[in-house]
Amino acid sequence: MSEEKHHIVPFRNHFFVLLALLVLTVVTVAITWTNLGPYNTTTAMIIAGIKAAIVMTYFMHLRFDHKIYTIMVVLVLALFAAVLILTFLDYFYR
Amino acid sequence: MHEHRDDTASKIGMWLFIFTEILLFGGLFIVYAVYRYKNPVAFHLAGEELNVMLGTLNTVVLLISSMTIAMAITAMQRGKTELSLRLLYITIFLAILFMVNKYFEWGFKFEHGIYPSSEYLQSLSRGDILFYGLYFFMTGLHALHIIVGVVFIGFVVYYIKKGKVRQDRFVMLENSGLYWHLVDLIWIFLFPLFYLIH
Repeated sequence: MSEEKHHIVPFRNHFFVLLALLVLTVVTVAITWTNLGPYNTTTAMIIAGIKAAIVMTYFMHLRFDHKIYTIMVVLVLALFAAVLILTFLDYFYR
Repeated sequence: MHEHRDDTASKIGMWLFIFTEILLFGGLFIVYAVYRYKNPVAFHLAGEELNVMLGTLNTVVLLISSMTIAMAITAMQRGKTELSLRLLYITIFLAILFMVNKYFEWGFKFEHGIYPSSEYLQSLSRGDILFYGLYFFMTGLHALHIIVGVVFIGFVVYYIKKGKVRQDRFVMLENSGLYWHLVDLIWIFLFPLFYLIH
């Protein structure tokens, strides 16, 4: 399968991805100064999730590579989510 | 002579390794979540002691380095080997810059007597000990990954110079990029969880 076609991502696109990531970083730091109470951590985690998705989609080429990579990533994240949820079900209902 | 190579298999192998890394750090994040849930006040107060400026600076440094290594792949695909090498040098430089910041950040903590099982730390509450224990372990393990990443990228630079990594065969460069982005991904979560608790 070494003949698999490679998508070449232009330099400009990489730069725009970086800009988006930097903007999200500024937002997440700025949110620390506002008081959203218990929603601060949730918001920070949502922003981190968006940043991670951007990194995986564009920098890690998931968008341009074979679908099998994306499927595997989703499965692993689902496994992690399952363990996280089970752990907290245990702690909440102890 | 027929050359044996399978770039897809090579890349899937790298991804499988990345999955083990995600689960390793994922486990640590779960430990963090449970302890923070049990010690919310201590984590809040201890988190505010961390240097947000240095943390933010390192976030920016890592994000830029992720872009430069992604660009190095583009350059290689276009046959611009020199440019690709230069982008990799910048990536390595940024990685070292990250470590220098980390050195100062940990140094300040050490000066204040905060390091694993220090006398001062032992005198603090259980929540503080847990927070700093996780802080040193998780950012330390992450820093170890930075060092491994630099070595990995160093090897890629060597192979590019020997002509073994080139325009028509660059899966090793791609794999070093994937590893480097993983290091960035982990930091994306470490940063708000340790530095931005409010």
